[in-house]
This record gives sequence, C-alpha cells and structure tokens, in this order.
Amino acid sequence: MTLMKSFLGAAASLALTAGAALAEPAIIFDLGGKFDKSFNEAGFNGAEKWAKETGGSYLEVELQSEAQREQALRRFAETGANPVITMGFAMSTPISEVAPDYPDTTFVTIDGWSDAPNVLNVAFSEHEGSYLVGMMAATASKSGTVGFIGGMDIPLIRKFACGYAEGVLAVNPDATVIANMTGTTPSAWNDPVKGGELTKAQISQGADIVYAAAGGTGLGVLQTAADEGILSIGVDSNQNHLQPGKVLTSMLKRVDVAVYESMKAGADIKPGVQVMNLAAEGVGYALDEHNAALVSDDMKAAVDAAAAKIISGELVVHDYMSDDSCPVLDF
Amino acid sequence: MDFLTIVQIADSALRLATPLLFACLAGLFSERAGIFDIGLEGKILVSAFMAAAVASVTGSVWLGLLCGVFASISFSAVHGVASITFRGNQLISGVALNFLASGITVLAAQAWFNQGGRTPPLMGEGRFMPIELPFALGKSDAEAAGVPLRVLIDQANPIQQVYSEFISGHTILVYVALLMVPLSWFVLFRTRFGLRLRAVGENPAAVDTAGVSVIKLRYASMAIAGTLCGLSGVYLATGLGAGFIKEMSAGRGYIALAALIFAKWKPVPALGATFLFGLLEAIANRYQNIDLGGIVIPVQFMQALPYILTVVILAGFVGKSVAPKAGGQPYVKER
Repeated sequence: MTLMKSFLGAAASLALTAGAALAEPAIIFDLGGKFDKSFNEAGFNGAEKWAKETGGSYLEVELQSEAQREQALRRFAETGANPVITMGFAMSTPISEVAPDYPDTTFVTIDGWSDAPNVLNVAFSEHEGSYLVGMMAATASKSGTVGFIGGMDIPLIRKFACGYAEGVLAVNPDATVIANMTGTTPSAWNDPVKGGELTKAQISQGADIVYAAAGGTGLGVLQTAADEGILSIGVDSNQNHLQPGKVLTSMLKRVDVAVYESMKAGADIKPGVQVMNLAAEGVGYALDEHNAALVSDDMKAAVDAAAAKIISGELVVHDYMSDDSCPVLDF
Repeated sequence: MDFLTIVQIADSALRLATPLLFACLAGLFSERAGIFDIGLEGKILVSAFMAAAVASVTGSVWLGLLCGVFASISFSAVHGVASITFRGNQLISGVALNFLASGITVLAAQAWFNQGGRTPPLMGEGRFMPIELPFALGKSDAEAAGVPLRVLIDQANPIQQVYSEFISGHTILVYVALLMVPLSWFVLFRTRFGLRLRAVGENPAAVDTAGVSVIKLRYASMAIAGTLCGLSGVYLATGLGAGFIKEMSAGRGYIALAALIFAKWKPVPALGATFLFGLLEAIANRYQNIDLGGIVIPVQFMQALPYILTVVILAGFVGKSVAPKAGGQPYVKER
C-alpha cells in the first residue's frame, strides 16, 4: 500500500512538473452552463478573447453537478494549469478546501470568497451597477412600479436587488419595487418557464419594467416581458440584443474583463482581492443600437452624474453583503 | 386581495396546469389499459426537446409539434414493446426511459446546437402565441385606448375580467387540453373501444375470451398516451416557454402521476386535480411570503407545497383510490 502510494505520488509529481511547463490557464464554468447568455458566457467571452489575442489555449469544464466542483479543481491543479479560474459564488467552499493542497497554483474565484493565500478573489460591486439600472428603470417606468426577479435566493442576488431598489427610490421615492426570487436550489438558474410566470405575476401587480438577475431563468423573463409589451433589464452580459428594442438596458458585470486579465497575467497573477467596481469599470450599464431609442439623453445624463458621484465616493450604495440587510427592501 | 387578483392567479394556474393535464390524461389511458407509466416525465422531456429543436430549425411550430409528438410516441412504443410484447417489468422500463430522456436530450441538444444542452430561443412562428377570443380585451384594444392592457382590464366589469384574463389569451394547446377532458371521458365511458380498454385493465382474460386482442388494445392505449404526453412536452417548450432547457420538465410527469391517483383514474377529476397543483404553483409565484396575521409562511414552504401534497395524496389521505386491477401485470395468453 505504501509502495503504491509512493508510486502514485511520483506519478502525480511527474504529471505536475510536466504540466507546469505548459502552465495553461483553466476555467471552470458553473452549473448554468457556458452558453447561458449571461454570467458564464461573459467568462467564456473573456477566455476566448485571450485565446485569440495570444494564440494560447486554455482548459475548460462545464460543471454538471455539485459533486464535481472539488474534483474539477483538483484535476486542473494536478495537470498543472495555472491560474485556475472559477465562476460563481458556489466555488467558495471547494476552493478553500483545495487551494492549500496546491500552493504553487493560483486560483481565481469570481464572485466567491476564500482566505487561502494563493487565491485571487474577484469581487464585483453589483450593487453599484444595479443602482444605475434602477435609476433608469424608475425614469422609464410609467406606472411607478418596477420588478426584480432573482435566480437562486442567495446574498449575492439580494445585493443586486438592494442596489436596484435604492436606485429606483433615488429617482422616484414613491415607487414600488416588487422583488421575487425564482427558487432556493441551483435549478432556479435554469427555469425560464417559472421566470416567465413570475414576470406575468409582477406585470399583473403593475410592474412595467422588470430587472432579471437570474442566469438562464432571465431568458424567460426577457421573453415574457417582450411578449407582454413591457421593458426588461438584462444582467451580466449585454443582453440588449436578445429582444431588440424591448430591453431597456443590461447591468454589465465585466466578468469577461476579469477572466481576460487573469489569463493575461498567467502564472504571475497576484493573489488577494480585486475589486471590480464602477471606478474600475467592473460594472456598468449597456448602451448600444438596440436600446438607443429607449434611453433618452436626460436619463443618460442623470445616470452618468450618479455614476460620477459613486466613483468620487460622494454617493454610497448600500452593499447587502456587508451587513445582510437592506434598508429599502424586505425579502 | 381583490377579485382581479384571484382571476389572475387562476389564469396563471390554468397555464401551469395544462402540461400536467395532458400528462395526467396520458397516464389515465395507459393505466386504464393495465400499463403503469412511470415514463411520463421522460416522454414530456423528449417531446419538449424535439418540438423546440425542430421548431427552431424549421421555424414552424406545427412541424415542431408533429416531431415532438412523434418522439413521445416512439418512447411509448419502446415502453410497449418492453412491457407488452416482452412482458418486462413496467416500472423498470419506465424508469429506464426517464433516464434515457434526461441524458439524450442534453446530448443531442449539445451536438445539434452547441449551446450547452439547450435549443436557441424560439422566435415568431416557432412558438404558439396566445389566442385572443372574440370580444376579449387584448393588446389591440389597449393600443386603441392608449393605456396599458392591465389598466384596461382593471377598469372592466367582473365578467369581462374573467373572460379576458382567465378564458381568453391562452395558446391553442390550453384549449386542446381542456377539450381532451370531455373527449377522454366520452372515449373511455361511452364507446365500445373505451369499454374494452377499461376491461383490459381490469380483467384481460375476459377480453381475450370475448375474442378481442389484448395486445392490440394495449398498444392502442400506449399510442394515445404517447400522443397526449407529447402534447404536454410541446406545450412546455413552445407555449409556456420559448425553447428547450435541460431538465425543463422539472418533475411534472411525477406530479401528473400523483394527480392521476388523486383523480381516481377518471378524466373529469383529473382536470380538478391538475388545476389544484397548478393553483398551488401559481400562488407560490404570486405570493412569495404569505402573511397570515402574525405567522408568515415562507416562500420555501409554498414552493414545496405541491410535493408535500403529493406525498399526502400518495399516503392515501384522499379516500379509497383503487387502481385498475390488472395494472402492472403483463398478459400471458392461456394455452
């Protein structure tokens, strides 16, 4: 048994050294899938951009179940991939477990959190971006009622909702924000039928703008909103093109930039915390030919002014995850 | 809660109940003929995939419907061959089909469209659009009046509200599903074919003695079940949603089975049972936290309620619910 172990150990270290010479970056997509037109796809686009520019190649895997998280991390670390980039908050625990075993590999977690010394935590300030799209929603809304549909009910999604609600109330203090979550399990990221029904329920309660922060479920929200003749707001990637002329804007979370920068830095990547806020252009709102007619100059000026205030620190948007509560919205 | 809210919840419940109703009636035909059909879930999934895939490639929802139903019937045929001709265990065959559907849809979707196990979102002619019945308030009325449809309906009288919200504005498959209820009742209880079908589920030997083929009748019931189940999947992918997503059936096949037991294998109670499940889901969607004067029912409970109800029903709290006697037993001709 011990002999076997040392053989295996030798084989593993051989594999490690062989792999280290390659040092390809690796990326692990979360359960929503690489082509979710949202969060994971943004990461994929960043990786593709890097591959095109440098001619390099990268390893990738799409997780199919919860059980594969740790397995995928270990496999990539053992093949010598560096850095290993992971998408999604759910990787926090597996990374914290795996990272100490591979001190020479740098792990990058987007949306997750780990205290291990060889982990780069990329933290987006979604509340700031959501605040801006919330302002636009309140300006565009005629009924004074706007909706929010989250995916899985987790603190991160509440952070979106809270920033959004603050933005809405900043423009129209009398506005009503209806916030719904799709579910409490990971399948909530992939249930467009339910997303559509939630949208219809919000419309019947008076909402005429719906902001979806729900991964694949959001596709159903955008679809239903367009069918019912109201405007929607996309998330993570620029989703304006999905229903042209029916999506007010998209809250951009520049996951592509984060992935691209991490891959570019390669093995020299510095662990620690990278805050992707409005100042770092990590978040923002999308403006393109599909929504140009929907965004008036006044609306844009007001939002840009607020963005400048947030960057200068004059305006502070409440971060739900800082104290697990939201002053303007009950969940 | 005002009257309009109740109407809106009922409207949502009707949409959510439709796939359940199709699947429940499919199970009804199959089990009345003595064949347990655990494979409803798999058939819904495979027909949803085929319908969305074909509709997305050809741009025609009717071709999608045809192919979706065909896929479901093929699965039914496999179930039939395994359990009728080869007299295999019907439960095992059904479970196998569920697993097969869950895997093959994602695999085929990935190979076909390369979008991570889903089909592209369906556009225009690729979907079933809501039908606006005559005299109902719809989008055109709202445009003419220059106010949102919601406001227009809000101001209408209660009868118009029920008519415009609840009765009008569904896709054609919803009306087809509702039509299937009396049709199933008529076929099962008022025709010779239905009498024989029910007899095959109760006492196949007697049917055989009368000179009627048990095998043929059972295959016929599987074909009907496949068609109905196919419509359930087609509605899910092209009416309720707009495209196929992996595992989009989300347990609806099993809930339909529970509804079938609840309905005591009868078509009209099946409508009531599936509508109840749809209603629970609609309420959970509308009210995420329900405040009952001090006690707040959390959304998690509301979302779990259909499943809790299923367990309660299966535990036999709904009174005597007797399955067809010959259910689950392959028929062996006496020699």
